[in-house]
Amino acid sequence: MANNYYDPADLRKFGNITQWSEELGNKFFDYYGKVFEEGALTAREKSLIALAVSHTEQCPYCIDAYTKDALQRGVTKEQMMEAVHVGAAIKSGATLVHGTMMMNKVNKLEM
Amino acid sequence: MTKLKQQSLHKRENQLANPNRQLEILNGGIFENGELPTFAKIITQTNQFPLRPKKLEILQINVGYMCNQVCEHCHVDAGPDRKEIMTWETMQKCLEIIKNTGAHTLDLTGGAPEMNPNFRRFVEKASQAGVKDFIVRSNLTIIRANKKYHDLPQFFKKYNVHVVSSMPHWTRGKTDKQRGEGVFDMSITALQQLNAVGYGMPGSTLKLDLVYNPNGAYLPGDQASMEKEFKSALKADFNIKFHNLFAITNLPISRFLDYLIASENYEDYMYQLVEAYNPKAVKNVMCSNTISISWDGYLYDCDFNQMLGLKVASKVTHINQYNESILNNRDIVISQHCYGCTAGAGSSCQGEVTT
Repeated sequence: MANNYYDPADLRKFGNITQWSEELGNKFFDYYGKVFEEGALTAREKSLIALAVSHTEQCPYCIDAYTKDALQRGVTKEQMMEAVHVGAAIKSGATLVHGTMMMNKVNKLEM
Repeated sequence: MTKLKQQSLHKRENQLANPNRQLEILNGGIFENGELPTFAKIITQTNQFPLRPKKLEILQINVGYMCNQVCEHCHVDAGPDRKEIMTWETMQKCLEIIKNTGAHTLDLTGGAPEMNPNFRRFVEKASQAGVKDFIVRSNLTIIRANKKYHDLPQFFKKYNVHVVSSMPHWTRGKTDKQRGEGVFDMSITALQQLNAVGYGMPGSTLKLDLVYNPNGAYLPGDQASMEKEFKSALKADFNIKFHNLFAITNLPISRFLDYLIASENYEDYMYQLVEAYNPKAVKNVMCSNTISISWDGYLYDCDFNQMLGLKVASKVTHINQYNESILNNRDIVISQHCYGCTAGAGSSCQGEVTT
Protein backbone atom coordinates (compact mmCIF):
# COMPACT_ATOMS: atom_id res chain seq x y z
CA MET A 1 0.00 0.00 0.00
CA ALA A 2 1.37 3.42 -1.00
CA ASN A 3 1.82 6.22 1.49
CA ASN A 4 -0.75 8.32 -0.33
CA TYR A 5 -4.42 7.52 -0.80
CA TYR A 6 -4.33 9.12 -4.24
CA ASP A 7 -1.70 8.34 -6.87
CA PRO A 8 -2.02 9.95 -10.34
CA ALA A 9 -0.72 6.70 -11.88
CA ASP A 10 -3.82 4.90 -10.53
CA LEU A 11 -5.96 6.76 -13.07
CA ARG A 12 -4.32 4.68 -15.79
CA LYS A 13 -5.44 1.57 -13.91
CA PHE A 14 -9.12 2.53 -13.95
CA GLY A 15 -9.84 -0.07 -16.61
CA ASN A 16 -8.46 -2.77 -14.33
CA ILE A 17 -11.57 -2.67 -12.15
CA THR A 18 -13.10 -5.14 -14.61
CA GLN A 19 -10.59 -7.76 -13.43
CA TRP A 20 -12.46 -8.56 -10.23
CA SER A 21 -15.94 -8.24 -11.64
CA GLU A 22 -15.77 -8.47 -15.38
CA GLU A 23 -19.45 -8.32 -16.24
CA LEU A 24 -20.28 -5.35 -14.04
CA GLY A 25 -17.05 -3.58 -14.98
CA ASN A 26 -17.74 -3.98 -18.69
CA LYS A 27 -21.34 -2.85 -18.28
CA PHE A 28 -20.11 0.25 -16.47
CA PHE A 29 -17.56 1.14 -19.15
CA ASP A 30 -20.08 0.51 -21.95
CA TYR A 31 -22.51 2.82 -20.22
CA TYR A 32 -19.80 5.39 -19.47
CA GLY A 33 -18.61 5.42 -23.08
CA LYS A 34 -22.16 5.76 -24.39
CA VAL A 35 -22.97 8.64 -22.06
CA PHE A 36 -20.11 10.72 -23.41
CA GLU A 37 -20.90 10.20 -27.10
CA GLU A 38 -22.33 13.08 -29.12
CA GLY A 39 -26.08 13.14 -28.60
CA ALA A 40 -28.60 15.86 -27.85
CA LEU A 41 -25.60 17.46 -26.14
CA THR A 42 -22.25 17.78 -27.88
CA ALA A 43 -19.29 15.84 -26.51
CA ARG A 44 -17.77 19.24 -25.66
CA GLU A 45 -20.79 20.27 -23.58
CA LYS A 46 -20.70 16.92 -21.80
CA SER A 47 -17.01 17.38 -21.07
CA LEU A 48 -17.70 20.72 -19.39
CA ILE A 49 -20.52 19.24 -17.31
CA ALA A 50 -18.17 16.43 -16.29
CA LEU A 51 -15.51 18.96 -15.34
CA ALA A 52 -17.93 20.88 -13.10
CA VAL A 53 -19.20 17.68 -11.46
CA SER A 54 -15.61 16.46 -10.99
CA HIS A 55 -15.08 19.50 -8.78
CA THR A 56 -18.29 19.19 -6.80
CA GLU A 57 -17.44 15.51 -6.25
CA GLN A 58 -13.89 16.60 -5.42
CA CYS A 59 -12.54 13.66 -7.39
CA PRO A 60 -8.84 14.23 -8.21
CA TYR A 61 -8.84 11.56 -10.92
CA CYS A 62 -11.86 13.13 -12.59
CA ILE A 63 -10.40 16.64 -12.40
CA ASP A 64 -7.18 15.35 -13.97
CA ALA A 65 -9.04 13.51 -16.73
CA TYR A 66 -11.64 16.16 -17.59
CA THR A 67 -9.25 19.11 -17.49
CA LYS A 68 -7.20 17.30 -20.12
CA ASP A 69 -10.35 16.29 -22.01
CA ALA A 70 -11.58 19.90 -22.07
CA LEU A 71 -8.21 21.13 -23.37
CA GLN A 72 -8.32 18.49 -26.10
CA ARG A 73 -11.70 19.80 -27.15
CA GLY A 74 -10.38 23.35 -27.43
CA VAL A 75 -12.18 24.63 -24.33
CA THR A 76 -10.56 27.80 -23.00
CA LYS A 77 -9.45 28.19 -19.40
CA GLU A 78 -12.05 30.95 -18.92
CA GLN A 79 -14.79 28.53 -20.00
CA MET A 80 -13.40 25.85 -17.70
CA MET A 81 -13.34 28.18 -14.71
CA GLU A 82 -16.92 29.31 -15.41
CA ALA A 83 -17.98 25.66 -15.43
CA VAL A 84 -16.29 25.16 -12.04
CA HIS A 85 -18.16 28.21 -10.74
CA VAL A 86 -21.43 26.69 -11.89
CA GLY A 87 -20.59 23.60 -9.82
CA ALA A 88 -19.53 25.76 -6.88
CA ALA A 89 -22.70 27.85 -7.09
CA ILE A 90 -24.91 24.76 -7.04
CA LYS A 91 -22.89 23.27 -4.21
CA SER A 92 -23.09 26.42 -2.06
CA GLY A 93 -26.67 27.07 -3.13
CA ALA A 94 -27.56 23.53 -2.08
CA THR A 95 -26.13 24.28 1.35
CA LEU A 96 -27.81 27.62 1.64
CA VAL A 97 -31.22 26.52 0.43
CA HIS A 98 -31.35 24.18 3.44
CA GLY A 99 -31.41 27.39 5.48
CA THR A 100 -35.13 27.46 4.70
CA MET A 101 -35.47 24.22 6.72
CA MET A 102 -33.70 25.89 9.59
CA MET A 103 -35.97 28.93 9.26
CA ASN A 104 -39.08 26.71 9.14
CA LYS A 105 -37.96 24.91 12.26
CA VAL A 106 -37.18 28.13 14.12
CA ASN A 107 -40.50 29.62 13.10
CA LYS A 108 -42.31 26.51 14.27
CA LEU A 109 -40.54 26.30 17.61
CA GLU A 110 -40.46 29.92 18.58
CA MET A 111 -43.45 31.68 20.03
CA MET B 1 2.98 31.60 -17.88
CA THR B 2 5.57 30.07 -20.17
CA LYS B 3 7.99 32.63 -21.53
CA LEU B 4 8.44 32.21 -25.26
CA LYS B 5 11.93 31.38 -26.37
CA GLN B 6 13.43 33.73 -28.92
CA GLN B 7 16.06 31.37 -30.29
CA SER B 8 16.13 27.87 -31.71
CA LEU B 9 17.54 24.93 -29.74
CA HIS B 10 20.45 25.02 -32.19
CA LYS B 11 21.27 28.64 -31.43
CA ARG B 12 20.98 27.99 -27.68
CA GLU B 13 23.25 24.95 -28.11
CA ASN B 14 20.62 22.91 -26.27
CA GLN B 15 21.49 19.20 -26.16
CA LEU B 16 18.18 18.41 -27.88
CA ALA B 17 19.41 20.18 -31.00
CA ASN B 18 21.27 16.92 -31.53
CA PRO B 19 18.93 14.32 -33.11
CA ASN B 20 20.95 11.49 -31.55
CA ARG B 21 20.21 12.83 -28.08
CA GLN B 22 16.49 12.95 -28.96
CA LEU B 23 16.61 9.35 -30.15
CA GLU B 24 18.39 8.29 -26.96
CA ILE B 25 15.50 9.72 -24.97
CA LEU B 26 12.85 8.17 -27.24
CA ASN B 27 14.50 4.76 -27.13
CA GLY B 28 15.43 4.83 -23.44
CA GLY B 29 13.58 5.18 -20.14
CA ILE B 30 10.04 3.81 -20.11
CA PHE B 31 10.56 2.11 -23.48
CA GLU B 32 13.90 0.58 -22.60
CA ASN B 33 12.70 -0.82 -19.29
CA GLY B 34 9.60 -2.33 -20.89
CA GLU B 35 7.09 -0.16 -19.04
CA LEU B 36 5.67 0.79 -22.45
CA PRO B 37 5.96 -1.23 -25.67
CA THR B 38 8.20 0.18 -28.39
CA PHE B 39 6.47 1.20 -31.62
CA ALA B 40 8.11 -1.73 -33.41
CA LYS B 41 6.73 -4.13 -30.81
CA ILE B 42 3.18 -2.77 -30.91
CA ILE B 43 2.89 -2.83 -34.70
CA THR B 44 4.33 -6.35 -34.72
CA GLN B 45 1.29 -7.45 -32.70
CA THR B 46 -0.91 -6.67 -35.72
CA ASN B 47 1.60 -7.97 -38.26
CA GLN B 48 2.38 -4.47 -39.53
CA PHE B 49 6.13 -4.64 -38.94
CA PRO B 50 8.13 -3.65 -40.89
CA LEU B 51 6.16 -0.68 -42.17
CA ARG B 52 6.27 -0.58 -45.93
CA PRO B 53 5.37 2.21 -48.35
CA LYS B 54 2.29 2.06 -50.56
CA LYS B 55 1.98 4.06 -53.76
CA LEU B 56 3.85 7.38 -53.60
CA GLU B 57 1.29 10.19 -53.54
CA ILE B 58 2.97 13.14 -51.83
CA LEU B 59 6.32 14.72 -52.43
CA GLN B 60 7.06 16.97 -49.46
CA ILE B 61 9.96 19.37 -49.90
CA ASN B 62 11.40 21.30 -46.99
CA VAL B 63 12.99 24.36 -48.57
CA GLY B 64 14.69 25.53 -45.38
CA TYR B 65 14.48 25.81 -41.62
CA MET B 66 14.50 29.61 -41.46
CA CYS B 67 11.29 31.06 -40.04
CA ASN B 68 10.08 34.42 -38.77
CA GLN B 69 8.56 32.67 -35.73
CA VAL B 70 10.01 30.56 -32.92
CA CYS B 71 7.00 28.46 -31.92
CA GLU B 72 7.14 26.50 -28.67
CA HIS B 73 6.10 23.21 -30.23
CA CYS B 74 8.06 23.38 -33.52
CA HIS B 75 9.35 19.96 -34.59
CA VAL B 76 11.71 21.61 -37.08
CA ASP B 77 13.37 23.84 -34.44
CA ALA B 78 12.83 26.58 -37.00
CA GLY B 79 13.55 30.24 -36.39
CA PRO B 80 15.20 33.37 -37.74
CA ASP B 81 18.58 32.04 -36.65
CA ARG B 82 18.43 28.86 -38.77
CA LYS B 83 20.56 29.16 -41.89
CA GLU B 84 19.76 25.85 -43.60
CA ILE B 85 18.20 27.00 -46.87
CA MET B 86 17.69 25.02 -50.06
CA THR B 87 19.85 26.39 -52.89
CA TRP B 88 18.55 27.11 -56.38
CA GLU B 89 20.76 24.29 -57.63
CA THR B 90 19.01 21.79 -55.33
CA MET B 91 15.64 23.28 -56.26
CA GLN B 92 16.41 22.66 -59.93
CA LYS B 93 17.09 19.01 -59.17
CA CYS B 94 13.80 18.89 -57.26
CA LEU B 95 12.03 20.37 -60.29
CA GLU B 96 13.31 17.49 -62.43
CA ILE B 97 11.89 15.06 -59.87
CA ILE B 98 8.56 16.92 -59.74
CA LYS B 99 8.26 16.69 -63.53
CA ASN B 100 8.72 12.94 -63.48
CA THR B 101 7.13 11.88 -60.20
CA GLY B 102 4.16 9.57 -59.88
CA ALA B 103 3.01 11.63 -56.89
CA HIS B 104 -0.12 13.74 -57.35
CA THR B 105 0.66 16.21 -54.53
CA LEU B 106 3.57 18.57 -54.06
CA ASP B 107 3.85 19.93 -50.53
CA LEU B 108 6.29 22.76 -49.76
CA THR B 109 7.18 23.30 -46.16
CA GLY B 110 9.83 24.85 -43.92
CA GLY B 111 10.47 26.92 -41.69
CA ALA B 112 8.63 29.60 -43.52
CA PRO B 113 9.10 28.43 -47.13
CA GLU B 114 8.46 31.96 -48.36
CA MET B 115 11.74 33.08 -46.73
CA ASN B 116 13.80 31.04 -49.17
CA PRO B 117 15.08 33.70 -51.62
CA ASN B 118 14.22 31.44 -54.58
CA PHE B 119 10.76 30.50 -53.29
CA ARG B 120 8.78 32.41 -55.92
CA ARG B 121 10.93 31.23 -58.81
CA PHE B 122 10.53 27.66 -57.55
CA VAL B 123 6.74 27.93 -57.17
CA GLU B 124 6.44 29.38 -60.68
CA LYS B 125 8.44 26.52 -62.24
CA ALA B 126 6.90 23.80 -60.08
CA SER B 127 3.37 24.94 -60.92
CA GLN B 128 4.09 24.12 -64.59
CA ALA B 129 4.92 20.49 -63.76
CA GLY B 130 1.28 19.41 -63.72
CA VAL B 131 0.89 18.12 -60.16
CA LYS B 132 -2.75 17.88 -59.16
CA ASP B 133 -2.44 19.50 -55.74
CA PHE B 134 0.27 22.04 -55.01
CA ILE B 135 0.45 22.86 -51.30
CA VAL B 136 2.41 25.60 -49.58
CA ARG B 137 2.48 25.46 -45.77
CA SER B 138 2.36 29.11 -44.76
CA ASN B 139 2.50 30.26 -41.16
CA LEU B 140 0.26 33.26 -42.09
CA THR B 141 2.29 35.85 -40.14
CA ILE B 142 4.93 35.83 -42.88
CA ILE B 143 2.36 37.60 -45.08
CA ARG B 144 2.37 40.49 -42.58
CA ALA B 145 6.00 40.23 -41.46
CA ASN B 146 7.51 42.44 -44.12
CA LYS B 147 6.25 44.58 -46.99
CA LYS B 148 7.92 42.27 -49.52
CA TYR B 149 5.55 39.46 -48.44
CA HIS B 150 2.30 41.49 -48.42
CA ASP B 151 1.39 40.34 -51.94
CA LEU B 152 1.73 36.62 -51.17
CA PRO B 153 -2.07 36.04 -51.34
CA GLN B 154 -2.11 37.35 -54.93
CA PHE B 155 1.03 35.34 -55.73
CA PHE B 156 -0.51 32.14 -54.34
CA LYS B 157 -3.66 32.80 -56.34
CA LYS B 158 -1.71 33.34 -59.57
CA TYR B 159 -0.21 29.85 -59.33
CA ASN B 160 -3.32 28.22 -57.85
CA VAL B 161 -1.41 27.21 -54.75
CA HIS B 162 -3.31 25.30 -52.06
CA VAL B 163 -2.57 27.22 -48.86
CA VAL B 164 -2.33 25.25 -45.61
CA SER B 165 -1.84 27.48 -42.61
CA SER B 166 -1.17 27.00 -38.93
CA MET B 167 -3.79 28.36 -36.55
CA PRO B 168 -3.60 26.85 -33.07
CA HIS B 169 -6.82 28.34 -31.74
CA TRP B 170 -9.61 30.76 -32.46
CA THR B 171 -8.68 32.83 -29.40
CA ARG B 172 -5.80 35.29 -29.07
CA GLY B 173 -4.57 33.94 -25.72
CA LYS B 174 -4.03 30.35 -26.78
CA THR B 175 -2.54 31.29 -30.14
CA ASP B 176 -0.05 33.83 -28.82
CA LYS B 177 1.02 31.54 -25.99
CA GLN B 178 2.11 28.89 -28.47
CA ARG B 179 3.39 31.01 -31.32
CA GLY B 180 4.42 34.36 -29.87
CA GLU B 181 2.87 37.69 -28.95
CA GLY B 182 0.98 39.36 -31.77
CA VAL B 183 0.76 36.19 -33.87
CA PHE B 184 -3.01 35.94 -33.52
CA ASP B 185 -3.72 39.46 -34.80
CA MET B 186 -1.27 39.06 -37.69
CA SER B 187 -2.75 35.68 -38.59
CA ILE B 188 -6.27 37.10 -38.60
CA THR B 189 -5.24 39.93 -40.93
CA ALA B 190 -3.46 37.45 -43.19
CA LEU B 191 -6.52 35.19 -43.33
CA GLN B 192 -8.70 38.18 -44.19
CA GLN B 193 -6.28 39.04 -47.00
CA LEU B 194 -6.46 35.47 -48.31
CA ASN B 195 -10.26 35.56 -48.13
CA ALA B 196 -10.24 38.89 -49.98
CA VAL B 197 -8.57 37.35 -53.03
CA GLY B 198 -10.96 34.39 -52.96
CA TYR B 199 -9.18 31.83 -50.78
CA GLY B 200 -11.32 29.72 -48.47
CA MET B 201 -14.66 30.72 -49.94
CA PRO B 202 -17.31 28.00 -50.15
CA GLY B 203 -16.99 26.28 -53.51
CA SER B 204 -13.78 28.16 -54.38
CA THR B 205 -10.99 26.23 -56.05
CA LEU B 206 -8.55 28.43 -54.12
CA LYS B 207 -8.12 26.03 -51.22
CA LEU B 208 -7.40 27.39 -47.75
CA ASP B 209 -7.05 24.84 -44.97
CA LEU B 210 -6.01 25.43 -41.39
CA VAL B 211 -3.86 23.28 -39.16
CA TYR B 212 -4.67 22.94 -35.49
CA ASN B 213 -2.24 21.42 -33.05
CA PRO B 214 -2.71 21.31 -29.28
CA ASN B 215 -1.26 24.00 -27.10
CA GLY B 216 0.42 21.67 -24.62
CA ALA B 217 0.90 18.13 -23.42
CA TYR B 218 -2.41 16.70 -24.63
CA LEU B 219 -3.76 15.18 -27.81
CA PRO B 220 -6.00 16.93 -30.33
CA GLY B 221 -9.74 16.48 -29.99
CA ASP B 222 -12.05 15.21 -32.69
CA GLN B 223 -11.16 16.94 -35.97
CA ALA B 224 -14.74 17.43 -37.18
CA SER B 225 -15.87 19.01 -33.88
CA MET B 226 -12.83 21.26 -33.78
CA GLU B 227 -13.46 22.34 -37.36
CA LYS B 228 -17.02 23.29 -36.43
CA GLU B 229 -15.81 25.37 -33.47
CA PHE B 230 -13.10 27.08 -35.54
CA LYS B 231 -15.48 27.87 -38.39
CA SER B 232 -18.16 29.26 -36.16
CA ALA B 233 -15.80 31.41 -34.03
CA LEU B 234 -13.69 32.78 -36.90
CA LYS B 235 -16.82 33.61 -38.91
CA ALA B 236 -18.58 35.29 -35.98
CA ASP B 237 -15.58 37.25 -34.71
CA PHE B 238 -13.71 38.13 -37.90
CA ASN B 239 -15.89 37.04 -40.85
CA ILE B 240 -13.15 34.59 -41.86
CA LYS B 241 -13.87 31.53 -43.97
CA PHE B 242 -11.73 28.48 -44.69
CA HIS B 243 -12.24 24.99 -46.08
CA ASN B 244 -10.88 22.23 -43.83
CA LEU B 245 -9.26 22.00 -40.45
CA PHE B 246 -6.47 19.45 -40.00
CA ALA B 247 -5.96 18.36 -36.39
CA ILE B 248 -2.33 17.36 -35.96
CA THR B 249 -0.78 15.68 -32.94
CA ASN B 250 2.44 17.21 -31.60
CA LEU B 251 5.20 14.65 -31.96
CA PRO B 252 7.64 14.30 -29.07
CA ILE B 253 10.69 15.59 -30.88
CA SER B 254 12.76 18.77 -31.00
CA ARG B 255 11.25 21.80 -29.25
CA PHE B 256 8.10 19.97 -28.19
CA LEU B 257 10.25 17.26 -26.63
CA ASP B 258 12.23 19.99 -24.86
CA TYR B 259 8.95 21.43 -23.55
CA LEU B 260 7.68 18.01 -22.43
CA ILE B 261 10.85 17.32 -20.49
CA ALA B 262 11.14 20.80 -18.98
CA SER B 263 7.49 20.75 -17.86
CA GLU B 264 7.82 17.18 -16.52
CA ASN B 265 5.12 15.98 -18.90
CA TYR B 266 7.23 13.64 -21.04
CA GLU B 267 6.27 10.30 -19.50
CA ASP B 268 2.59 11.20 -19.15
CA TYR B 269 2.51 12.33 -22.77
CA MET B 270 4.11 9.10 -23.99
CA TYR B 271 1.53 7.18 -21.95
CA GLN B 272 -1.24 9.19 -23.61
CA LEU B 273 0.16 8.41 -27.06
CA VAL B 274 0.56 4.69 -26.35
CA GLU B 275 -2.86 4.40 -24.69
CA ALA B 276 -4.45 6.12 -27.69
CA TYR B 277 -2.60 3.84 -30.14
CA ASN B 278 -4.96 2.89 -32.94
CA PRO B 279 -3.78 -0.02 -35.13
CA LYS B 280 -6.22 1.09 -37.85
CA ALA B 281 -4.28 4.36 -38.20
CA VAL B 282 -1.07 2.49 -39.01
CA LYS B 283 -2.06 1.54 -42.53
CA ASN B 284 -2.66 5.18 -43.47
CA VAL B 285 0.28 6.90 -41.79
CA MET B 286 1.74 9.55 -44.06
CA CYS B 287 5.12 7.86 -44.41
CA SER B 288 3.31 5.16 -46.37
CA ASN B 289 2.60 7.54 -49.27
CA THR B 290 5.12 10.35 -48.81
CA ILE B 291 8.76 11.11 -49.50
CA SER B 292 10.27 14.02 -47.62
CA ILE B 293 13.16 15.94 -49.17
CA SER B 294 15.38 18.10 -46.99
CA TRP B 295 16.93 21.48 -47.84
CA ASP B 296 20.18 19.71 -48.76
CA GLY B 297 18.49 17.09 -50.93
CA TYR B 298 18.45 14.07 -48.62
CA LEU B 299 15.44 11.76 -48.57
CA TYR B 300 13.34 10.77 -45.55
CA ASP B 301 10.15 8.86 -44.82
CA CYS B 302 8.59 12.01 -43.33
CA ASP B 303 9.42 15.51 -42.10
CA PHE B 304 9.73 14.17 -38.53
CA ASN B 305 12.32 11.58 -39.51
CA GLN B 306 14.10 14.37 -41.37
CA MET B 307 14.42 16.34 -38.14
CA LEU B 308 15.67 13.23 -36.34
CA GLY B 309 18.27 12.67 -39.05
CA LEU B 310 16.74 9.28 -39.95
CA LYS B 311 17.32 8.99 -43.69
CA VAL B 312 15.38 6.48 -45.80
CA ALA B 313 16.58 2.90 -45.46
CA SER B 314 17.34 2.58 -49.15
CA LYS B 315 20.41 2.60 -51.34
CA VAL B 316 18.92 5.83 -52.71
CA THR B 317 19.22 8.46 -49.98
CA HIS B 318 19.72 11.66 -51.97
CA ILE B 319 17.98 13.39 -54.87
CA ASN B 320 21.15 12.95 -56.92
CA GLN B 321 20.30 9.24 -57.19
CA TYR B 322 16.49 9.71 -57.06
CA ASN B 323 14.61 6.64 -58.26
CA GLU B 324 11.01 6.09 -57.14
CA SER B 325 10.84 2.38 -57.85
CA ILE B 326 13.96 1.69 -55.78
CA LEU B 327 12.74 4.05 -53.04
CA ASN B 328 9.36 2.40 -52.87
CA ASN B 329 11.03 -0.89 -52.09
CA ARG B 330 12.15 0.05 -48.59
CA ASP B 331 11.28 -0.46 -44.96
CA ILE B 332 10.13 2.70 -43.22
CA VAL B 333 12.37 3.86 -40.37
CA ILE B 334 10.47 4.06 -37.08
CA SER B 335 10.98 5.03 -33.46
CA GLN B 336 8.74 5.93 -30.54
CA HIS B 337 7.84 9.34 -32.03
CA CYS B 338 5.74 7.38 -34.56
CA TYR B 339 3.12 6.89 -31.84
CA GLY B 340 2.22 10.53 -32.53
CA CYS B 341 0.86 9.56 -35.96
CA THR B 342 -1.16 6.56 -34.73
CA ALA B 343 -2.88 8.02 -31.66
CA GLY B 344 -6.68 8.22 -31.75
CA ALA B 345 -7.87 8.97 -35.25
CA GLY B 346 -4.26 9.19 -36.39
CA SER B 347 -2.35 12.26 -37.49
CA SER B 348 -0.58 13.43 -40.61
CA CYS B 349 0.17 16.64 -42.45
CA GLN B 350 -3.32 16.15 -43.91
CA GLY B 351 -4.88 15.74 -40.46
CA GLU B 352 -6.64 12.60 -39.25
CA VAL B 353 -5.93 9.40 -41.15
CA THR B 354 -8.99 7.33 -40.20
CA THR B 355 -12.62 8.09 -40.82
